[in-house]
Amino acid sequence: MSTATQNSLALEMPSDTYLNSSYGVKSWFLTGDHKRIAMMYVVSISLMFLLGGVFATLVRLELLTPAGDLFQSDTYNKLFTMHGVVMIFGFLVPSIPVTLGNFLIPIMVGARDLAFPKINLASWYIYIIGMAFMLAAIISGGVDTGWTFYTPLSTQYLTTHVMFTAIGILIAGFSSIFTGLNFIVTVHRMRAPGMTWFRLPLFVWSNYAASIIMVLGTPVLAITLILVALERGLHIGIFNPALGGDPVLFQHMFWFYSHPAVYIMILPGFGVISEIIPCFARKRIFGYSAIAFSSIAIAVFGFLVWAHHMFIAGISTYSALIFSFVTFLVAIPSAIKVFNWTATLYKGSIHFDTPMLYALAFIGLFTIGGLTGLFLGAIGVDMHVTATYFVVAHFHYVMVGGMLVAYLAGMHFWWPKMTGKMYPEAPAKLSALIVFIGFNLTFFPQFILGYMGMPRRYHSYPPEWQVLNVLSSAGASVLAVGLLMPMFYMLWSLKYGAVAGNNPYRATGLEWQTTSPPPTHNFHEIPIVTQEAYDYESQTEEVEVVG
Amino acid sequence: MLPQYFPLFPESASTISARVDALYFFILGITIFFTLLVALLILVFATKYRKEKHPVPVQIHGSIPLEIFWTLVPLGIAMVMFAWGAILFFQEIHPPKSAMDIYGVGKQWMWKFQHPGGQREINNLHVPVGKAVRMTLISQDVLHSFYVPAFRTQMDVIPGRYTTVWFEATKPGTYHLFCNQYCGTKHSAMVGEVTAMSPDDYQQWLRGAGAFGSLATEGQKVFASMGCPTCHTGADNARGPNLYNLYGRMVRTEDNRTVLADEGYIRESILNPSAKIVYGFQNIMPTFQGQLNEDEMIQIIEYVKSLTYNGQLLQLQTNTQQEPPVNLNKIQQGVDVTKPGTNQNPTPRTSAVPATQEAVPAPPSSGQNAPKQPRSNAPQAKPNGPQVEQR
Repeated sequence: MSTATQNSLALEMPSDTYLNSSYGVKSWFLTGDHKRIAMMYVVSISLMFLLGGVFATLVRLELLTPAGDLFQSDTYNKLFTMHGVVMIFGFLVPSIPVTLGNFLIPIMVGARDLAFPKINLASWYIYIIGMAFMLAAIISGGVDTGWTFYTPLSTQYLTTHVMFTAIGILIAGFSSIFTGLNFIVTVHRMRAPGMTWFRLPLFVWSNYAASIIMVLGTPVLAITLILVALERGLHIGIFNPALGGDPVLFQHMFWFYSHPAVYIMILPGFGVISEIIPCFARKRIFGYSAIAFSSIAIAVFGFLVWAHHMFIAGISTYSALIFSFVTFLVAIPSAIKVFNWTATLYKGSIHFDTPMLYALAFIGLFTIGGLTGLFLGAIGVDMHVTATYFVVAHFHYVMVGGMLVAYLAGMHFWWPKMTGKMYPEAPAKLSALIVFIGFNLTFFPQFILGYMGMPRRYHSYPPEWQVLNVLSSAGASVLAVGLLMPMFYMLWSLKYGAVAGNNPYRATGLEWQTTSPPPTHNFHEIPIVTQEAYDYESQTEEVEVVG
Repeated sequence: MLPQYFPLFPESASTISARVDALYFFILGITIFFTLLVALLILVFATKYRKEKHPVPVQIHGSIPLEIFWTLVPLGIAMVMFAWGAILFFQEIHPPKSAMDIYGVGKQWMWKFQHPGGQREINNLHVPVGKAVRMTLISQDVLHSFYVPAFRTQMDVIPGRYTTVWFEATKPGTYHLFCNQYCGTKHSAMVGEVTAMSPDDYQQWLRGAGAFGSLATEGQKVFASMGCPTCHTGADNARGPNLYNLYGRMVRTEDNRTVLADEGYIRESILNPSAKIVYGFQNIMPTFQGQLNEDEMIQIIEYVKSLTYNGQLLQLQTNTQQEPPVNLNKIQQGVDVTKPGTNQNPTPRTSAVPATQEAVPAPPSSGQNAPKQPRSNAPQAKPNGPQVEQR
C-alpha cells in the first residue's frame, strides 16, 4: 500500500483551490480556467464513451450467433457505425489531450493557464455542438455508413443521416484544432523560467507532437467532409464515378487525416506512460531524448503512410511499395519507446500502485497492437487480412489496449491531483486486472477469426466461427465490468475518498509541487526550474525517511 | 469433431496461400519473440527490482549504444518483412501469362460472373484446379471487395474502373467468397462460394452451364448494334482506329503519350473517347456513357480482345456482320487460329433470330487438337446444369 493512504488521514484539503474559488453554473460554463474546462471535458467524453460502449455491447450481442437474428441488417450496420463514430470522434480523438492535457500542460510547463483561455472554452462548446449534431443524427434514426464514410455509398446510396453526422464531425474537428493550437503556443511561449525544452516532461512532448497533427491534419478531414456534403447535397461529382468522380480519391483524403489521427489518439497515451513508469520505478526515465524525438518522428512519418489502408483499393503497385516501406519505418519509433520504458524498470525500485498496473498492461497490450501492425504493413499478407477481423483486433489492441488503458492509467495517476481525493486502491487494482483479462479475451480471438478470413462489419457469419465469437463476446462483458468499475469508485471518492495530499506518489514534475487540487492560478508563485523532469534522485532520499 | 466446429486456421487452396502463410508465420514468430521478450523483461524486473527487494533505485540516464542497437535491429527485421511482403505482393498481383480470364461484376448485393464462353453465374464461381485464373472485376454501384480467404487474396471492386486479381486453385472444393468492403444493408449477405474443380469436371461444367454464346460473339452483337463498325472498319482510311491486334499493345496518342491497351483503356475509350485520342485520328467519337451496362461492356472488351486475326484482316473488316474470326476455345487451348481452315464455320446469324435457335451442333473443327466438346458459343439445353444466372 502506498504511503499516500497512510499519510492522508493527517492531510487536509487546501483552502484555496480551483474547485472552490467560485460557485454556480456560470462560474463553470463561462470559465477560462483550463482545469475546469478539463473537468467539463472529463464528464462529456465519459458520457460519449458510455454511449459508444452501449453500441459495442449490442454489436457483440448480435455476434453471439452466426445468424443475424437479434437486429435487422440495417440496425446492425447503424450500431457498428455509431460505435465507431462516437468512440473515435467523441472519445478517442479528444480523450487525453482535452482532459489530462488541458489540466496538466499549463501546470507542467509552469504557466498560469493555456495561452488562449477563451479559445480553450470555445473548443469545449464547439465539441458539445458537434456532439449535439451527432446525437441528433443518432436519435433521429442513426447513420450506417461505417465510420469511414466510403463513397459513393455515403454520398449516393444511403438514406440515413449522413449529413448530420458529417456536420457533427466537422464541427468537432475545430475543437481539436483549437486545442492543438493552444498547446503549441503554450509550450512555445509560456514555459516557466528555466524550463528548457529538454526539461519538459515527456507528456508535454507527446501532446505537442499530437497537437502538430491536430492542426495540420484536421483541416483535411474538414475539407473531405465538405466535399462529401457537396456531392450528397448538390450532386457535384467529386467521388462518385456516376457523376465523374473518383471513389479512391475519397479514400486518399480520408486516410490522409485518419491515419495521423491514430497518432493523435495514441501519442498522448505514450506521454502518460512516460510519466508513470519513472514515478513507480523511482528512477529517471531511460533515454529521455530518444523518447522525445521518437514522438516527433511519429508525428512526421505518420503523415506519410495513409495509403497503407488502401493496398487493395486500386492504387498503383509502386505507390503501394512506398507506403509499405514508410509504414515499416514508422514502426521503429514506437519500438524505441517500448524498449526505453522497459529499460526504465531495470534497477528501479518498483511500486505496484494502480497507475503502474495499468501502465504495465499498456506496454504489453501496445506491444502486441504494434507488432500485429507489421502483418498489415507487409503488403503480401495485407492482401489476405485487410478489412478482416485481424484489422479490427489490431486497432483495438492499439486504441483500447493502448490508448484507453493509458487514459485510465493517467486518470488514476492524476485523479488525486485533479480532485484532491484518493480513489480506493483495492477495487482500482482489481479493475486493472479485470480490464486486462477482459480485453485480451475480447480481442485475441479476433486475430484468429481475421486470419481465417472473417470480414469486418458482418452482421452474420459462417457457423464454424461461432466459438471464437462467443469467446469474444464473453470477454466484452468482462471488459465492460472492468471499465465501469472506475466510474463508480472515482465518483465515490469525490465524496468519501481520503484526502490525497499534494504529492501522494512522490512524483517529480511541477504539477506535484502545487496543491491538490491546484489553486485557480496553479501556482502561488511561478516556479523557477533548475532540474530535469525526472529527478527521482532527490525523491529517493525521502523514501528512506518516510518508508 | 473439434476442428470442424473450432477451426483456428484457414484452409489453404491456392498456389499463393502457402507463400502468404510462410510470411505470416515469419512475422508471427517475430511478434511472439518480441512480445515474450518484453513480457519476460517486465516480469523479471518487476520481481527482481520490486521495492521490497530493491529499495534504492540506481539512476541511469540512458545508453546511446543501446538506443542504436534497438533502433537498428528492429529496422533490419522490418526491412526483411518489407522486402518479403513486397516480393509476395508482386507475385499476388501479376498473373502468369497463361492465365484464363473470368469477369466479375459486383452489385448490391450479389456477385455476377461471366466465363469467356458466355457461361454466367450468380454468387457462385466455378474454376478449374491447376489453372491460373485472372479475375477482371468491376462494380455497378458502390465499392465491394472480392475476397476468397482460402486463396489468401482479395481485391477491391470499384465502380467505373477495372481491377484484377488472380489465383490458381490447388485442390477441388468449395470455398467462401465474401464481399469485404462494406456496401450497405446486406453487405454480409453478399457472399458466395468458389467451387474449384478438376479440369475435366470444369469442362463438363462449362458444357452444362448453358451459355447462349461466347462473350466475344455476344460482344460482337453489341458492337454492331451500337454502330461501332461504321467507323471502326479496319480500313486504312477509316474514321476510327483499327481494333485488330489492339489488345495488349502500346498505343500512341495524339499528345504523344504511349498507353497500354488493356481492359481499362478500352473501357475508357468507349465511355470517354476524348480522354486518349489515337495518333492520327480526330476527336469525333461520341461517348457511350449510359448506353452500355457493365455486362455489355465486358462483352465488347472480350470481342475486341478476340480480334487478333491477322491473316483475314482485310477480308473481315469489310464484313463485320459475320461470325467473329476467332474461336475462343481454341485460343485458350493454344490452337493457332491464324492458320487457314480454322474458321470454316460461317454460321449465318441475324439479330432477329433468337440465339437459342442457332442450336446447330458445331461441326468438328478441322484437324488439329480438335476439342471434343461443342463450341462454347453453341447453346446447350441441359436442364441439370449447375446454377446459371436466371434472368
